[in-house]
Amino acid sequence: MEMLRFATAGSVDDGKSTLIGRLLLDSKQIFEDQLESVERTSREKGFDYTNLALLTDGLRAEREQGITIDVAYRYFATPRRKFIIADTPGHVQYTRNMVTGASTADLALILVDARHGVVEQSRRHSVIASLLSVRHLVLCVNKMDLVDYDQLVFDRISEEFREWAGKLDITDLTFIPVSALHGVNVTSHSPNMGWYDGPTLLHHLEHVYIGSDRNLIDARMPVQFVIRPMSDAYHDYRGYAGTVAGGTFRPGDEVLVLPSGLTTTIAGIDLYGEELSEAMPPQSVTLRLADDIDISRGDMICRPNNAPRATQEIEAMVCWFSERPMTVGGKYAIKHTTRSARALVRDLHYRMDVNSLSRDETSPTLTLNEMGRVSLRITTPLFVDEYRRNRTTGSFILIDEGTNETVGAGMILDT
Amino acid sequence: MTDTTISHLDALEAESIHIMREVAAEFERPVLLFSGGKDSALMLKLAEKAFWPARIPFPLMHVDTGHNFPEVLDYRDRRAAELGTPLVVASVQKSIDEGRVHEETGPKATRNRLQSVTLLDAIEEHGFDAVFGGGRRDEDKARAKERVFSFRDDFGQWDPKNQRPELWSLYNARHRKGEHIRVFPISNWTEMDVWQYIEREEIELPSIYFAHRRQVFRRDGMLLALTDFVKLLPDEELEELTVRFRTVGDATCTGAVESPATTAEAIILEVAASRITERGATRADDKFNEAAMEDRKKEGYF
Ligand SMILES: Nc1nc2c(ncn2[C@@H]2O[C@H](COP(=O)(O)OP(=O)(O)O)[C@@H](O)[C@H]2O)c(=O)[nH]1
Ligand SMILES: [Mg+2]
Repeated sequence: MEMLRFATAGSVDDGKSTLIGRLLLDSKQIFEDQLESVERTSREKGFDYTNLALLTDGLRAEREQGITIDVAYRYFATPRRKFIIADTPGHVQYTRNMVTGASTADLALILVDARHGVVEQSRRHSVIASLLSVRHLVLCVNKMDLVDYDQLVFDRISEEFREWAGKLDITDLTFIPVSALHGVNVTSHSPNMGWYDGPTLLHHLEHVYIGSDRNLIDARMPVQFVIRPMSDAYHDYRGYAGTVAGGTFRPGDEVLVLPSGLTTTIAGIDLYGEELSEAMPPQSVTLRLADDIDISRGDMICRPNNAPRATQEIEAMVCWFSERPMTVGGKYAIKHTTRSARALVRDLHYRMDVNSLSRDETSPTLTLNEMGRVSLRITTPLFVDEYRRNRTTGSFILIDEGTNETVGAGMILDT
Repeated sequence: MTDTTISHLDALEAESIHIMREVAAEFERPVLLFSGGKDSALMLKLAEKAFWPARIPFPLMHVDTGHNFPEVLDYRDRRAAELGTPLVVASVQKSIDEGRVHEETGPKATRNRLQSVTLLDAIEEHGFDAVFGGGRRDEDKARAKERVFSFRDDFGQWDPKNQRPELWSLYNARHRKGEHIRVFPISNWTEMDVWQYIEREEIELPSIYFAHRRQVFRRDGMLLALTDFVKLLPDEELEELTVRFRTVGDATCTGAVESPATTAEAIILEVAASRITERGATRADDKFNEAAMEDRKKEGYF
């Protein structure tokens, strides 16, 4: 069974929580005691119907304010796939959570309210999905029941969005008209929308092809941990443990190790006593190499004719998460793959307005939830690829060295 | 062309191993919470895999309420010995004896809540800076929002409104002295995934996970086992049934379910057909109110 991770986004009250509740309920992931508890709470609050959003709105502050304030992860499975949902909040001030949810998502599901159509938030979330290289985007036009299931409304919204999204870097765009509240086109079709002959949302999630989304071309393995058993049985064992970040590795392959620049061949690939004939993303394995060369955490194993760029100068799109703005001249700790270093902000070229996609070149800072193009100088070389080509070797986080907070996330650009 | 599809169990395993290796590389004194329950048995297996053929590079710790099922203690000690991994036992009884916590009174008293203090004291005493827990996000709504690397301040508290953003597989391990990080390597596993993996990998579990005959009685809609730690109330009656446990914890508040399932395979079929969540069926302490878990987590619970 394959796994699909998707992030949901939309403005407050567009019906994200209800839609997720519906997906879980209709795919029989909701248990009696959970449903009972939600029904009881709905009655206590005087609602006319069971508020499925209560299934997902977890923290007390959320229930009290009736809003979703933090990314919540949800799980369900059908016989075809296991799904991990990152349910991300709609409030402007919590945009950072959408970035978080999208960072690991294969697909983004963006909701709009059929009565309001595409709004600022929907555009912002689509831009974020595109910047984070989420390859598949589904625009769910929700609350179709409130517009009499009118095809014209759906067509108008889809057309408008398709035209606007042409500017974005999204390979696969799908539109589905739904009513989360009444369960229309979520897991089954309904005569109310006889004119719609596309897949239901669940059918699309089960079948969308994600096999080619991983990078299986550029072999990359950041060394995470060196395994030296120091035991009699494995006296001379030395293995380089890590998660394959790109391409495939096979025993006998010639490999290049950075930063040393030395080459050797793969003697074996281990996973708990089993010798693998091949390793690819996202497997976690241990490589044994033919020659004894000095390798430690933070080094990169790749191929002699296909190596990432080793550089101390990085151009990136950075999203800022902190109340304390990012300023030119600021210094931060940086974590990229398994390598940690320090980074100096040399320049902020522009701040991007995610609604108009226009660039503001006069801004001296990036503040909470803003994004911009940044030049960084790093204290030691990092081994990087363009983010669009590799989400692992192309991403990094910035950490405030005073508070230890994660203050920014970056997607590396090609230069 | 070769098939490049990765199954969900392989993807989950790879992610958990990645997390464990990050912790081993970035912290000075990690520890793995090992209760002998199935989630900690899974964590232990993943830790074995992550560092093979080397030993697991951190100790295990059991927060012992003193209200144990003997089968679970046997299992705990045997597994630690087999792996040659040191086991720290942090005792709630000791916390009570030393006056750090006060035992609840009454027939329905449990020690579950007292564990937080014992756990935090042990973390401080041993100087642990990373603590692996077997919490899963599918267990309840507060957990669903928790990070994989979950920061705790120097009082051991979790602040759900002020969590560090967590992106890609880049985990922020930074903390000051006295603070620590709770790490949840099996965050993304569901109960079903856990059982499927246990079956696939033939992971051994304490025998109480499988169907056996036992003296039980009904309380608050649950089947509790007769042990030395609980007294029957006047209206409660003992009966002998074929049961198994879905979690193992404090014997005073861990319920059994009636089941004939004697293998992981049979349990998977039951889980698939099950209509009540793991916690709802078997943990009395989470039932008290909707926000029970969130409150306990803030105090430093697992
Ligand atoms: N009529 C109608 N109402 C809906 C639909 N989906 C959600 N709602 C309602 O819209 C409100 C906000 O939904 P919620 O799921 O909390 O939105 P969120 O803020 O995006 O998570 C609730 O009152 C829902 O019952 C729908 O398809 N039709
Ligand atoms: Mg919501």
